[in-house]
Amino acid sequence: MAKTKSKAKSSKAKSRPSDGTVLLVATRKGAWIYRGDPARKEWRSTGPHFLGHIIQHMMLDPRDGKTLLAAASTGHLGPTIFRSTDMGKSWKEAKQPPAFKKQEGGRTVNHTFWLTPAHKNEPNVWYAGTSPQGLFRSEDGGVSWNEFSGLNDDMQYREWMGREQDGTPDGPKMHSIIVDPRDPKHLYFAMSGGGVHETVDGGKHWAPLIEGMEVVGGFDAKTVTFHDPHCVRLCPSNPDRLYQQNHCGIYRLDRPGKVWKRIGKAMPAKVGDVGFPMVVHPHDDERCWVLPMDGQTVWPRTSIGGKPAVYGTSNGGKSWTRLDAGLPKAGAWWTVKRQAFVADGGAPVGLYFGTTSGELWASRNEGKAWHCIARHLPEIYAVETGTVI
Amino acid sequence: MSAPRVTVLIASPLRSYTGADEVEATGASLGALLEDMDARFPGIRFRMVDEQDQLRKHMRFFVNGEVVKALEHPIKAGDEVCIVQALSGG
Repeated sequence: MAKTKSKAKSSKAKSRPSDGTVLLVATRKGAWIYRGDPARKEWRSTGPHFLGHIIQHMMLDPRDGKTLLAAASTGHLGPTIFRSTDMGKSWKEAKQPPAFKKQEGGRTVNHTFWLTPAHKNEPNVWYAGTSPQGLFRSEDGGVSWNEFSGLNDDMQYREWMGREQDGTPDGPKMHSIIVDPRDPKHLYFAMSGGGVHETVDGGKHWAPLIEGMEVVGGFDAKTVTFHDPHCVRLCPSNPDRLYQQNHCGIYRLDRPGKVWKRIGKAMPAKVGDVGFPMVVHPHDDERCWVLPMDGQTVWPRTSIGGKPAVYGTSNGGKSWTRLDAGLPKAGAWWTVKRQAFVADGGAPVGLYFGTTSGELWASRNEGKAWHCIARHLPEIYAVETGTVI
Repeated sequence: MSAPRVTVLIASPLRSYTGADEVEATGASLGALLEDMDARFPGIRFRMVDEQDQLRKHMRFFVNGEVVKALEHPIKAGDEVCIVQALSGG
């Protein structure tokens, strides 16, 4: 598939001029692109793109407002990256997708899980996280990818990454690759098995950032491998503040501090603070949102009691408010994956999440009320927002 | 002696690369055939063979009806090569 014209169909015959906000919905069976009107009330979709492909993540480059990357594989074919510069009308495949170097006992990328555009002063640079856990970088807009920083072969990091059986059932993930907007050499990443890590010298050296994070009972929190961050986000309005949804709670970290504070303790006891996504407010570092899921017994990871709700804080996690107006009041056993809940940059901020049962939900008012944009999609893996320039 | 040129039947998920359900390819081994195909249809090899040069576990390669599991498998003139997806339960 060196170059393809998309067969994706528009949901309405007449397309409207660009209104800016787009939602990029990656699913187990393909991808859809939703474009909103200025009020974000009406959404027009194109899709499916890559019907039948597993699309783990799709991102719009905020630096040019037009380059889309999609991380793809199928049940049979190996993983690759597709690239579009015309909002999915046509796609071109990466010439060199993320792949580990060939060596005795070498690893094989099963899928690319996470895509992050680099610093605004590094146009065309992207980072990718894979399963099994590996870190890659492209310097040509996603056309070719190389292992980044020696991390993938570092013996200490390999130990912390563990093996396949140490990770999540569909493979351990490298995710939450974060670039400090003030400094392209200051990066964070997280691993579903292996903690949160930081470099301040562009990847020459990395260090764990796990102090204060809890682990499953019976394990030693000093052992990096046992840490399971689900999603880490940096506040755009204050790059010294990070929020994290972890297997073992919700956390906040204020730099230059190095100790995570478990702010999820303030969640209602009956709800708890287990979930996958973490969403931060684009303009207010005191505000973030989570979507709690049942973490009991065999880890069902469904809405607690079948009653889905978003919880938001406006004081850095000192208290949380239930935000479920418009969501089903019962009988909705939803799972929302770590990269399937996002905020746009609007005022008020729009929130969007996708469920593994194929529903796409939105709020135009920062979670006060929710409405469903789409139903009957395939299992949603990721939702991202962006602004078309 | 020049490498043989043979017919390769293409599985449907790979036809977005080849644009056809069968192509001609040249090579004295399965691995050489796939390299030749990749030169003409960039990216197709990596969808079938991983970075450690292992055939992906849900792809199947047949030469004259016999399953082949090694890139080193020799190819000779007149062989028919078939690439299919494994029928693995779905």
